[in-house]
Amino acid sequence: MTRYLLGRVGQAVLVLWAAYTVAFLVLYGLPGDPAALIAAGGDVANSAATPEQVAALRAQYGYDQPLVVQYLHHLGAALTGDLGTSPRTGPVAASIAQAVPPTAQIAALGLLLSVVVGGGLALTATFVRTRWLRQLLLSLPPLGVSVPSFWIGLLLLQGFSFGLGWFPAFGNDGPASLVLPAVTLAVLGSALVAQVFARSLRGEAAEAYADTARAKGASRLRVHLRHTARNASLPTFTITGLLVGQFLAGTVVTETVFSRAGLGQLTATAVSTQDIPLALGVVVFGAAVVVAASLAVDLAYPLLDPRMRRVTRPARGPVPAVAS
Amino acid sequence: MSTPLRRPGAVLLVPALAAALALSACGGSSTTAGTGDADTFRFALASDPGCLNPRVAGNNDAAYPSRQLVDSLTDQDPGTGEIKPWLAETFSVDKTATRFTFTLRDGVTFSDGTPLTAAVVQQNFDEIIANGAAQAQSLQFLTGYARTVVVDERTARVEFDQPNAQFLQATASHFLGLLAPSSLAADPATRCDGNIVGTGPFVLDHYTKNTEVVETRRPGYAWGSSLWDHTGEAASARLDFRVIPESGVRSGSLRSGQVDAINGVPPQDEASLAAGGTTLQIRPNPGLVFTLTPNIKRPALSDVRVRRALSLAVDRPAVVAAALSPSFEVASSAVAGTTPGWVDLSSQLTHDPAEAERLLEAAGWTEGADGIRQKDGQKLRLVTYWAPVFNPNQTALELIQQQARQVGIELDLNSLPVGELQAKLATGDFDLSWGNSTRPDPDILRNTYWRDGAAPYGIDDPALVKALKGQQTTTDQEVRFADAARAQRVIVDKAYGVPVFELTTVLGLRPGVTGVRFDSYSRLQLVAAAATGD
Repeated sequence: MTRYLLGRVGQAVLVLWAAYTVAFLVLYGLPGDPAALIAAGGDVANSAATPEQVAALRAQYGYDQPLVVQYLHHLGAALTGDLGTSPRTGPVAASIAQAVPPTAQIAALGLLLSVVVGGGLALTATFVRTRWLRQLLLSLPPLGVSVPSFWIGLLLLQGFSFGLGWFPAFGNDGPASLVLPAVTLAVLGSALVAQVFARSLRGEAAEAYADTARAKGASRLRVHLRHTARNASLPTFTITGLLVGQFLAGTVVTETVFSRAGLGQLTATAVSTQDIPLALGVVVFGAAVVVAASLAVDLAYPLLDPRMRRVTRPARGPVPAVAS
Repeated sequence: MSTPLRRPGAVLLVPALAAALALSACGGSSTTAGTGDADTFRFALASDPGCLNPRVAGNNDAAYPSRQLVDSLTDQDPGTGEIKPWLAETFSVDKTATRFTFTLRDGVTFSDGTPLTAAVVQQNFDEIIANGAAQAQSLQFLTGYARTVVVDERTARVEFDQPNAQFLQATASHFLGLLAPSSLAADPATRCDGNIVGTGPFVLDHYTKNTEVVETRRPGYAWGSSLWDHTGEAASARLDFRVIPESGVRSGSLRSGQVDAINGVPPQDEASLAAGGTTLQIRPNPGLVFTLTPNIKRPALSDVRVRRALSLAVDRPAVVAAALSPSFEVASSAVAGTTPGWVDLSSQLTHDPAEAERLLEAAGWTEGADGIRQKDGQKLRLVTYWAPVFNPNQTALELIQQQARQVGIELDLNSLPVGELQAKLATGDFDLSWGNSTRPDPDILRNTYWRDGAAPYGIDDPALVKALKGQQTTTDQEVRFADAARAQRVIVDKAYGVPVFELTTVLGLRPGVTGVRFDSYSRLQLVAAAATGD
């Protein structure tokens, strides 16, 4: 058991280090001169910086050092929590800290809605006996996965903000501004939860223990909720964990449509302005969130499934890919 | 171990809770949507300003909020291009265009209480030189800066080692807006998100990245530009700039009254917004129009016939009709019609594919099997770089690509982020570049086409260089504009640039909005702006 825990934590650290290294090499190793980019500013025709001035900028930000020296320097700093400084936006850690709360708010509400709606949908769909209704309910999750979130977002805005005026169309002021973005996230989230949960519910219902329970006289509803749902919730737990990482690591599309500050917007800004330290910061932070969420799921597994406490590896079913 | 789904009742309870949460959340929203407070003017920006430092605020979304915080020594009449008093009551330039003397208005203070003196003006220019490349957008105006002499408390004389006629116009731009000593002493980066103390009609309250810039009215403001109708304090107590990147959301927010004004009105929304009662306020940006600029160091493009053929292949009205809206003007010269010193060369910027083909034949480019012309086994394939800084760019370029193909020229389009585009052009490894640059002064041509010999296009045409140098070394406006006109003629004649359309600022204003003023850059001066309701 302890070996399992240590192994998983070690694996997480290794993944994080690899993510940092790959991101660093890609961003800092790219051809192009970051100092020239800073000097160029936003306007193509209007840079009057001399080569000497650009060289001074290069030295100021350490871009004149060999790549390996820069890598060790930045990695060392990152270990102490210092993610570097962006020439445009200042300390990267502060920018990320500022972007986390608005994202966390819609992510939390989105996750709650995903679990509730997705879980409810799966429970209902696998319980009803009317064939057409079951088919209808089961066709909703694939639909939810395939509709692009910007389209959902614009549709919700059109109806509930521009039309009815119930919710603001932009910004992060107060609970009202959370609803539409969270619902947008929950369309994908609940579809994924429903898909996975419904599949395991059907699998569990066919197991012998379910027949046994029914043979003992338990009602269909009781078997459904008390026995099969409990066992079927384990893979659902995994997908929920992945959703936590997914929602927190940045929801670029949702935040753009709803004009919300957050990690997604920060990522988009870092990429579009080629802010190398900021881009590295958000990539590493995103990786850390995903790794942490997945680690939390793995560590929680033995608590949820007593069988896990005796084996060294969790046996996990295939998990659908999560798209953003 | 707890089991969340122990009782059937729990299953029903959770959705009920969620619904309650959603309801309670929307209960508090009735004031957020809908018409706002008349004392607040709400403006939607199309992108995050990124940096409010007026020294570097080069794009519209950064310039709009930044402009309200700082005043300039002079102002420029958007109609005539004339330079008029603002913080400088009077100003003069010597004949050699090297010495510029400004006499400051009395009683001007920065929002931290510091008075505006000649010594502060000196600190402002010295700071731009000291911070060099970090603020290149402002540095470009100070080529050859020697010193600023404090003549007396209210008189400052800016001196250059070489003639720099464009400097007077530059003092009207926000790039050289005056900052308080407390702001100047700090690192330029700290000015990006807050450390901006100016004399402007508004004071920065806060800037939250990707969300909003909030500014409040400066009490006691009494030194507005001589060009403004509005005198004294700003009309609105508060300016609320909201960042709304999605153009459909901007239009919808305007229509539903959640904001008072928006910029970056998408061409496809213009008609429906106008039909719904929105006022469209439109002005072409002065300066370099959107242009395909050939690299004449490339063998194919060193031939003037090929460059002319490319220009004749472009059907400018068709590009405007397809990619833009009737608010946009077809290019009539290398600079836009709103630029001081502009000349109308539209008779030369025509669409004539037959003539284009004739020129290409004469230059030895014959049609290949695939319709693309070739010469000595080389295809007439031009590698073109552009940046997605303006939404319709891609559509416009794809259309131009089709038009060029009809005469046998293949354009290979490559999009790069703006900073990377700059670096790419500096290498000289390109055939064509696409872009524009806003400035209400003909010196923009020197900066683009020659840059004192350092422009990546490497044009060393003596007639062009003479004209560009000429307009920089005289303060006689007639002589300056004559030189600028000569430069435009050479550029269009020799097709050193293929101008296509003028960047145009299209604002959408809610009914009842008054006082939104375009300055000479087609950027906004909001001292008089007010949303009086509808």
